[in-house]
This record gives sequence, structure tokens and C-alpha cells, in this order.
Amino acid sequence: MSSPHSLTPRLRRNLSAYGFLIGGVVCFALFSWYPMVREIIMSFQKTQLGVTSWAGLVNYRRIFNDPTFWTAWRNTLEFTLLALIFGFAVPFFVAILLNELRHAKGYLRCLVYLPVMLPPASALLLFAYFYDPTYGLFNDILHTLHLPTSQWVLSSGTRWPTAAMISVVIAATWMNMGGATLIYLAALQNIPGELYEAAELDGAGIVKKIRHITIPQTKLVLSMLLLLQIIATMQMFVEAFILDGGQGVNNNTESVVYLIYQYAFAMSSASNFNSAAALGVVLLVVLAAFSGGYVWLTRTRDR
Amino acid sequence: MHRRLHGRAGYRKVAGVTVAAALGLAAVAACSSSSTTSASTASDTGHVTVGGFCAPPSSSPVPYREWNEDVATFEKANPNITIQSIYSAQCDVPATLTAQLAAGTEPDVYETYFGDLNQALDAGQAADITQYVNSTTVPVWKDIVPSAIAPVTAGKTLYGIPIFNYTQGLVINRQLFTQAGLNPNTPPTTWAQVETDATAITKLGNGIYGYGDYSADNNGGWHFTSELDANGGAMTNAAGTTASFDTTQGMQVLDALHTLRFTDKAMSPTEALGWGTLQKQMAAGKLGMYIAAPDDIYQVIVPIDGGNVNDYGMGPLPSVSGTPAGTLSGGDAYLFAKRDTPAQIEAGIKWINFQDLTLGQGQYNLARNKADGIPVGFYEPQMFQGATGTAYTALLNKYTTINESYYSTFVNANETPDGQPADDQALYKTLDPVMLAVLTNPNANMSQLLKGATSAVNEILANSSGG
Repeated sequence: MSSPHSLTPRLRRNLSAYGFLIGGVVCFALFSWYPMVREIIMSFQKTQLGVTSWAGLVNYRRIFNDPTFWTAWRNTLEFTLLALIFGFAVPFFVAILLNELRHAKGYLRCLVYLPVMLPPASALLLFAYFYDPTYGLFNDILHTLHLPTSQWVLSSGTRWPTAAMISVVIAATWMNMGGATLIYLAALQNIPGELYEAAELDGAGIVKKIRHITIPQTKLVLSMLLLLQIIATMQMFVEAFILDGGQGVNNNTESVVYLIYQYAFAMSSASNFNSAAALGVVLLVVLAAFSGGYVWLTRTRDR
Repeated sequence: MHRRLHGRAGYRKVAGVTVAAALGLAAVAACSSSSTTSASTASDTGHVTVGGFCAPPSSSPVPYREWNEDVATFEKANPNITIQSIYSAQCDVPATLTAQLAAGTEPDVYETYFGDLNQALDAGQAADITQYVNSTTVPVWKDIVPSAIAPVTAGKTLYGIPIFNYTQGLVINRQLFTQAGLNPNTPPTTWAQVETDATAITKLGNGIYGYGDYSADNNGGWHFTSELDANGGAMTNAAGTTASFDTTQGMQVLDALHTLRFTDKAMSPTEALGWGTLQKQMAAGKLGMYIAAPDDIYQVIVPIDGGNVNDYGMGPLPSVSGTPAGTLSGGDAYLFAKRDTPAQIEAGIKWINFQDLTLGQGQYNLARNKADGIPVGFYEPQMFQGATGTAYTALLNKYTTINESYYSTFVNANETPDGQPADDQALYKTLDPVMLAVLTNPNANMSQLLKGATSAVNEILANSSGG
């Protein structure tokens, strides 16, 4: 069957598909897969005076011995957890609220999505002004209300959850919730209205409707967004980088990706791309393991 | 009919593939264009484009216009050369330079700080320009101070051309001093006096603070180094192999800053400040004192941030004793990318000589600066000695517009330039969090902070190939 004669028509049939595919494949290969492979290779190498040689596990040993390694992981997990609590729940309830509204729906939808259109750096600079301990909007409001003011991102407290990290999470949630809200809203609008009507006839209140109809009906979207959000928040970098320079007071906003940046670029003459690559690989492995486990878990449950 | 249809379908398919492939290629091109820099090459006609020169930003209109005039003059005299400028108030951002050097995407001629050469050599991105620099190409070369040549030299090989040097002192806002009932002609010299004066200035209220300092973007560690030098300390031992700032002098620096911030409350609660912020506060009349080199006044506070030159003066770096034992000293130098063609190196040197190293031209066109209202007469840069040094002093005296007495205690202190520590930017970066903690945490454990930074710096120095 697989004679050269049958190959040609098939190739011809799929030619335009391949043509369309090539752009994506080349782009991915060049800018995503190749750097990934390079990174794994680099993490086992060392470069001295422009000469690269194999180094075994030296880079991995260095990063595991770095006292800020565990701090960065703890901070990253703290951010991920808080960002999930805020960033997962808030858009869901905003979406439910928007879905229930009868008036000004389009206007409010636009308003919720607006922050997503701001470049992250601009949105964060805006928050940097809000958080400014001397001239900032938030402290101004607190001051007017005769409430104690805060140092916000520059708070030095280390007790969990730190004020600094909560400040970062608030900014991140405001920035990102628009996208999630729209996706939830789309999912909510796909739920047949009859289900709610039937529930109402059975005497279900709003909480029961959410629990027994809304959540089960949007489960797929919810679990997909949960996965994507965890992967995105674990790569926290720009938020703290713009709000407090990345590290924060007492390293309390230093994240894993910031540590990678620090190894690679911020240390100037002492920069070490190989150690940065090693830490990148560790993060890749953790996220891949998490994603794999998550997909497997949700699949078995679907069966 | 059938055939024609088939033909059409075939045409459509081919067209589809072509369009798809074109889109794909366009996408690749779009992706790649962001990661490459403009290639500057010498063409067959002998025309050479050379780029990366650090020019004043358009937000600084007068220096910006002067620069563009200079480029036009130069290009008219050298029709085969095109100069490419980077219009920025800060062209060398350490982390960006590191990334560029690693990727080989630095400009043909790139501005660096004194101390960046080892990193450029490590990355294999510094071209040897020894054979190109002589008394014809750079006539003042023999009169450039050795302390400015050393940072661009490794062994007997020359890799760059210095264009600027500095030491640091205490910039004061004379107007605020007067308003607070202080004598602006005697800027404080000890940390105790800084505290007293800063407290008095802060009492003026209205968002005014007496003293400011950096704690971000490597500038915190940079200032810590200078303040440590002034107290008689040093960041590392003489060989540059171990950290040496966990000492009484180091503690004295942190103590003074912590007291200013939390006991005297003479520093703003807004910290994590990097370069460019204190200049703005100074220009806005909201800051009494901060540490800087004189060029902050005539290159930033006055032309960019709109301050009035007569409002500022300078004293020596504060120290515990009142007589600074030394100061961090540094400067800027152009290095040349390894990929540069000989024609590009020659053109680059020609421009640098025209713009940065010829008295009466470019940055030393003091007659024009005076006419354009740019303050003239500052004590630094001090790039020249010998005949050129004498000529420079004469030129400066001829066109001075500033009141030199406002700077006399800084000039008379004649601080010893200590240069910069080994792996300077990495060390500054490591000390940033120390400064930030001291300026934001009322209960900062300073000795623990210094200990932590010491072990981090020792680790850097032990792994360093350059130091």
C-alpha cells in the first residue's frame, strides 16, 4: 500500500496543510525547542574565558547550595498560592456577576478587560505609584480614613503571608483577571438556561445553583485555566521586578525566575549562564511534572 | 470543464501553499527581527556606518541639539562615515550589557563603565584596538591620565578609549540649606553633621527630605562602596580575592543611613530608588543632600530635570572623621565589538576623538555650552594632565559660568580616587539588598546583613575569572 504512487497524491493533498504548518513549526523550533535543548545542554557545561567544557553537575550543585534557592522557591509557591486564591476565584465570581447583570453588561465587560490591554510594565508602574509609601494613592486613602499606612511592596515583615507578596499579588490579579473573566463568561453563557430554570423550580438558591450547575458545567474550563494559571504564576518575574526591583526587602519577593535572571544577567562580570540554565531546567522539570500529573489526574477522573 | 476546474483547484492549492509559506517566512522574519541588531557594515564603496554612541536624550533638548549638530558637522567632514547614536540618559545598564555581550548583540562601539572590560573580554566581545590609537588618531592620548587608561587596558593591549571620569561628593541644595537656616557655604562633612542638617531641612515639611540615597539597580552598592571608602574601608582586600566590608567602617555607613531614615526620619519612606530618581527630587527642590559626582548637576539635574544651577553646590563625601579617606572613582569608556571591521574601528575612533577628546569641540565645546546656557566650569571630568591639562584648565577658566565657590569644599578636599573594586557591578548588586533593608526595615540586623553579603561576595570573587 505504501508504494511511491500513493505517497505523491497524499503529499499533494496535504501540501497546503504543510505550508501552513511550516511557519509555526519553524518559529517553534527556532525560538522555543532549540533554546530548550540548548538550555539543557548548557546546564551541564561551564564557560571560562570564552572556552566551554563539560562540567557535570557543578551548576546544579551551585544552585542547590545557594542560600536564596529555597527562599526563591518558597516565595514562588507563596505567590502561586495567593495568586490562585485571588486570581482564580475573583475572575470566576466577577464572571458570574457579569453574567447575572441585566444592564451595562458590555460596558462592564469592557471595563474588566481593560487592564489586560495595558502592557504589563505600564500596569505595574501604575501600581508602583499606588504603593508609593510617601505619595502613593493607597496610603493617601488610608491616611484620610485615619487607618495605619503600609510600606506595601517594601514591607520588611517576613511572616507569611507577607504584606510585600500580597501587594504583588493584588497588582498581578488586577492585571490578569480580565482574560480569565472573559473565558469564564463564555463558559457560563454556554450553560443551557433550562438547567437554571429547572433548578429554580426545584427551589434552589444562588449558592446551590453555582454549586450544582455552574461549577460542574464549567469544570473543563475551570481545570484548564487552573493549570495554565499555575504554570504562569510559577514563572512570576515582571511583577516584583517592576514593583520593587525583584528581590524586595529581606528577599521576600525574590522568585525562581528572578534568581535565573540574577544568575544570567544581573551579576555582570560574575554572571553565569550555565547556573541560570541549570535553574531553568529545574523549573522546567517541576512544571512539566506538575502538568503531567495534573493532566493524568483529571483524565482518570473523567473516565 | 472538468479539466478547467481541476486546473483552478490546482492553482488555488499552489497559491495556498505559496501564501502559507510566505506567511511562515514572514512570521520567522518577524520573530527574528526582534532579536538581531541593525547590522552596520562597510560596503564596497568605502562607506562605513558605525554605531552605539551614547547621545543625550531628546528630553534634554539643548544637549540633544548640540549632539546632532556635532554629528552633522562630523559627517560633512567625513562623507564616508555615518554615525549611529543611542539617545539615552543612561546607555550602560549593567544587566543589559551582560545580556548583549553574551549574545554578541552589543553595538559596534559600546559605552561601558570603567570595570566592565573583564566581562567584555570573558565574553570574547572586545576588539584589540592597540594599533589604531596613536598621536595622529588621538592627539591628546599621551596626556590622558593613567587612571583613565588603566581600565581599558589588559597587559599591553588596548581595548577601549576613556571619555569621562569622576569622583564623588555630597551634592547639596543651597536653597533648602538657606531656608532651613543653615550655611550653604559649609556643607556637612561628618555623618553627624549630615544628620543635623538633614533633620533641619526635613523640618521644612512639604514633602522635603534632608538626605536621599540609592538602594536599587546596583546603585545602592555603588554608593555603599563610596561611603565605605570615605570612612577608610574597602570592599575587598588589595588582591581583590576576599570581601573586607564587614568591619567597623562598614557598620558606620549602615548605622548613619539607618539613623537618618528611622531615628531622624530625614529620609523618605519611598526607597528602592535607582539612578535618576534623586536627581529629579533635587531638581524639584524636595531633597536636601545626596551623594553624586559633579556631572549629575550639569548633565542631569539642570538640563534634563529642569533645576536651576545656582541652587546647587557640593561638599566632600561624608565620613565619620570629616575628612574622607578616599572615594570611589570611575568613568565611562567606549569598547569596540570584536566583529567590527578595521574601517569601523577607525571611524569609531575618529568620532570619539572629535566628540569626546578634542578641546574646543564636542563635549569640550565650552564656548557653545556657555552660549547655550549649559553650566560650565565644573571640576570634573579631569581627564587630562600635562600640556592638555593646562590647556583644559585655561579653557575652563575662560568660559566658566558657575559660581565655583559653591564647590570649593569638595574641590579642596582633594579626595583620593580609590577606583572600583574587582567585579564591581556584581558587588554593587550584592550590596543593593543590604542598603534596601537598612532603609526600609526599622529593625534591620545590620551586622547580619553585612555577614550575609560578605559570604555572597566571597563566593563571587572565588568564582571570578576576571578578579
